[in-house]
Amino acid sequence: MTELRKARIATASLAGCFGCHMAILDIDERLIELMKLVEVDRSPLTDIKQFTRRCDIGIIEGGCCNEENVHVLRDFRRNCDVLIAIGQCAIMGGLPAMRNAIMHSDAPLRECLEEAYITGRYIRNTTHQVPNDPALPLLLDEVYPCSEVVEIDYNIPGCAPSGDIIYETLAGLLAGKFSGFEREQIRFD
Amino acid sequence: MTGFTFTIDGVEVAAKDGQTIMEAADAAGIYIPRLCDHEGLRHQGSCRVCTVKAGGRSVAACTQPAQAGQAVENETPHITKLRRDLVEMLFHEGNHLCPICEASGNCELQAMAYRLDMTQPTKFPYLDPCRALDASHPDIALDTNRCITCGRCIRASQEIDGKGVFGYVGRGINRRVAVNGADLSDTDAEVTDFAISKEVCPVGCIIRKGEGFSIPIGEREFDKSLIGHKIEGKKRD
Amino acid sequence: MCSAGVELTGCRNRRDPTMDAATDRELRREDAERIAAICADVGDDPHRMMDILRAVQDDLRWISPPVMQLIADRAGLSRIAVEGVVSFYAFLSQVPKGRITIRLCDDIIDRFAGMPAVAAAFEAALGIKVGETSADGAVSLEYTPCIGLCDQAPAAMVNDIVLTQLTPDRVAEVAAALRGGQRPEDLISHEFDDLSPHDRATRQVKNNIRHAGASLLCPVPDGAGLQRALDMTPGRIIEEIEASGLRGCGGAGFATGRKWRFAAAAEAERRVIICNADEGEPGTFKDRVLLTERPHLLIEGMTIAARAVGATDGILYLRGEYVYLRELIEEVLQDRRDRGLLGQGIGGAEFDFDIRLQLGAGAYICGEEGALISSCEGLPGEPKTRPPFPVTQGYLGLPTVVNNVETFCHAARILDKGAQWFFDMGHEGSHGTKLFSVSGDCLNPGIYELPYGLSVRDLLAMAGGEDAAAVAVGGASGTMIARDQFDRTLSFDDLSTAGAVVIFNGSRNILEIVEYYMSFFVHESCGYCTPCRVGNVFLQKAIGKFRDGLANPEDIDYLKDLSGTIIETSRCGLGTTSPNPILTTLENFPLIYAATVKPSKDRIRASFDIQSAIDSARHLAKRRSTIFDEDFSK
Repeated sequence: MTELRKARIATASLAGCFGCHMAILDIDERLIELMKLVEVDRSPLTDIKQFTRRCDIGIIEGGCCNEENVHVLRDFRRNCDVLIAIGQCAIMGGLPAMRNAIMHSDAPLRECLEEAYITGRYIRNTTHQVPNDPALPLLLDEVYPCSEVVEIDYNIPGCAPSGDIIYETLAGLLAGKFSGFEREQIRFD
Repeated sequence: MTGFTFTIDGVEVAAKDGQTIMEAADAAGIYIPRLCDHEGLRHQGSCRVCTVKAGGRSVAACTQPAQAGQAVENETPHITKLRRDLVEMLFHEGNHLCPICEASGNCELQAMAYRLDMTQPTKFPYLDPCRALDASHPDIALDTNRCITCGRCIRASQEIDGKGVFGYVGRGINRRVAVNGADLSDTDAEVTDFAISKEVCPVGCIIRKGEGFSIPIGEREFDKSLIGHKIEGKKRD
Repeated sequence: MCSAGVELTGCRNRRDPTMDAATDRELRREDAERIAAICADVGDDPHRMMDILRAVQDDLRWISPPVMQLIADRAGLSRIAVEGVVSFYAFLSQVPKGRITIRLCDDIIDRFAGMPAVAAAFEAALGIKVGETSADGAVSLEYTPCIGLCDQAPAAMVNDIVLTQLTPDRVAEVAAALRGGQRPEDLISHEFDDLSPHDRATRQVKNNIRHAGASLLCPVPDGAGLQRALDMTPGRIIEEIEASGLRGCGGAGFATGRKWRFAAAAEAERRVIICNADEGEPGTFKDRVLLTERPHLLIEGMTIAARAVGATDGILYLRGEYVYLRELIEEVLQDRRDRGLLGQGIGGAEFDFDIRLQLGAGAYICGEEGALISSCEGLPGEPKTRPPFPVTQGYLGLPTVVNNVETFCHAARILDKGAQWFFDMGHEGSHGTKLFSVSGDCLNPGIYELPYGLSVRDLLAMAGGEDAAAVAVGGASGTMIARDQFDRTLSFDDLSTAGAVVIFNGSRNILEIVEYYMSFFVHESCGYCTPCRVGNVFLQKAIGKFRDGLANPEDIDYLKDLSGTIIETSRCGLGTTSPNPILTTLENFPLIYAATVKPSKDRIRASFDIQSAIDSARHLAKRRSTIFDEDFSK
């Protein structure tokens, strides 16, 4: 007695630029076709903030740079059967992870924040303080790829990935016959 | 000069005495992936991406002499896996953020990853080097965080330009390419040197100022064709 | 400690020392004159770069950019070529070092023997940390990999002399003496200058010969082998060596007679004999004892080899760590020249052959024959592309025989006693005797000369190491075996080894040993080829994850997979053996790995530790996590 239903998809943007979410829209008119097969649960696209029920596919943009990213990512892992990391940031940290390479002192995070908010050559911050509102999530010591925090099932490469590779991956997974990417589709930029 | 034949992935290839496996393969229009080797420069055999199996042993095709009757394995799944590991090591050793690199699309390291079907370099930990940029020269900049220590610039400067602008320093993971002086402006490097030309540096380490991002995405060399296409194209001629 | 991983991250936060140095002072005139004299001493020969740089380092305590430029000008090289050599060798420095440099042996055996307390005592007494130089430029303190004194650890080098069996109390005395203006030599004896070179060596280092065998450490007659060789044709000498079954004792085990035959057959006007006395494998120290007690036998063996292959030039490449043996060897060479046993017309025959001593400067890779030849040529110690092999094109392109110290010594004995005598010892494929360097958790560490074919268990019984839980046969690049394999035999067809037998009892942490060995390989990789330069760093980091309890179950497969790639694609023997500590412990101590991995729960990685990841932010923001701290989330 299998219930014939639309596949449920959830998406989240962690430490990324939201470009991969915009790339999802690059699916263009095929989006209409896709929406016949899926319904979107938790996602910034629907503005649904919590999972309403278990999802078939979770799509993660961005890596983990703060505690909230970790919390959201774990939530996605618990509530999604298949988890996809989309774009370079989710897969390997991406541009936010550049901070991993420039933090060198014994107090790397402080050095990084001071450079960003106080001492940097082009900073005009009249408060001379690092922002510290209680609502701000705590930063992690470095930026982590999603796969270091939870197990990831698929990676869609690109910065951002093309509409084609996103569409074909999703369509393939939904049809149960995804078997990897065409060589021409793989791009790191 | 006498000659002989051997096979690469079952295809018979003619070779002259003293030729390396790669030289014979190139002449026959068979591409063996490589990064540190460059036509016209001395073979170095350091990147190991041209690893092939010959006579049951893994050897570097760029330095290993071809042998009569030998069966060489080139693009087998096992060899391709080894090469993918090596290319991935190079990605993790340096800072290779393709989206912000002006070599992207023309980069041989990136193109090699594409050819080897690497989805994304994620296998190893990133070493995140932070070496100082050398922008001292009016026409040339050097970002050795992107250097894959192939040494093509070293040999090009010595053998073609007759200069010796570059050289290796350090040992082990700290081995890197350095310049013959305090910085690049302290050397006799010129932007017209062959060593500085875009043909020599396979990545975005040697930068010619004022040239970046001039070719739109989609029209760059490896947007359109796989690395090795020039050699493989010879086969069809 | 001095793991290269630290060096790697260290290179991030410090500015490049060469950059700093470049802006430093100009060369002083008297320094320039001394450097010019040093270069002139070797005829401004670029191939003698090691000698030049060692002498300049000893004199000025560092090699600055203007000094490199001056040396380059004298030798007809570019500055970057000289910098390539300076930056390669651990004992050459691009930042000023103290007038006295103390190098603490960082080997795992020294650590287990108490080096951490010794290092702490040095730091306290000198007021500097390891890796630093005192502000007055008097003293530098640093770690160095195995200096070949595992049987009398913990040990250290103080400039050119060595101290063994150090204790914190002894360190206090040493530091006080040095601060009081005494020379390092005075630490050994106040009559140091009056001692013979042999006495100087044995006052510093014990031989610890525990079992003398039939070939090398029993009493040997002086010159009998060479005398017989002089009466034989070169071809007959090679036949004799071939018939003896002698194989190289440096680890690879290539048939010595065949090697000589290839070199003799190569067409050339000059041929070269090189003795590889660069034993750097952690846990190996047998050549040190031969160099101390059988130097004449060694030179005799080299001379016989020269006679056999028609060589006129000899080089004895002594590892920089054994610099305390320099005078002893120089004296032996001079003595033999004086007696007509080296130089022109040896033994009254038409046979010219002489040997120069080439000191290394801190690079394990130079034990690889191609790298050793590179070093002799004044280059960074990088292995050479093969083919061509050294027997056809070696040192300066000349046919070159490179053999280990022990191999030459055996060759001299074979010529004296006959091939059959040697062949009858040991067993099929592994003939003669072998020196074993035994160290670690046993009552009688030292040198054992035994016929091939003995079991590990028998050797452990002789050494008083019966409670061993693990034995590293062959040192870092060898095989780590567990108790159930102690019946395996020490021979070429089972446990093949250059002689290191390192014993660990049940209280030792296997993963700590493996991590040390990997850090050693990372430190010692020449960096020429990708898999060895980069892959070993990843192996070291992965083992670190296991030690920190942060490994995932699939990391075991990752170790095997990565090791396989490194072994299959590396350019020389360092890379093809460096994963051995991991692979052999995965095979022989699998439970140690299985017990440390953290399986994921709900596919969320247990290996990711959120608490440590947010800890620095918690301190910086001076607030607790609203998500992960219990007082908030409950």
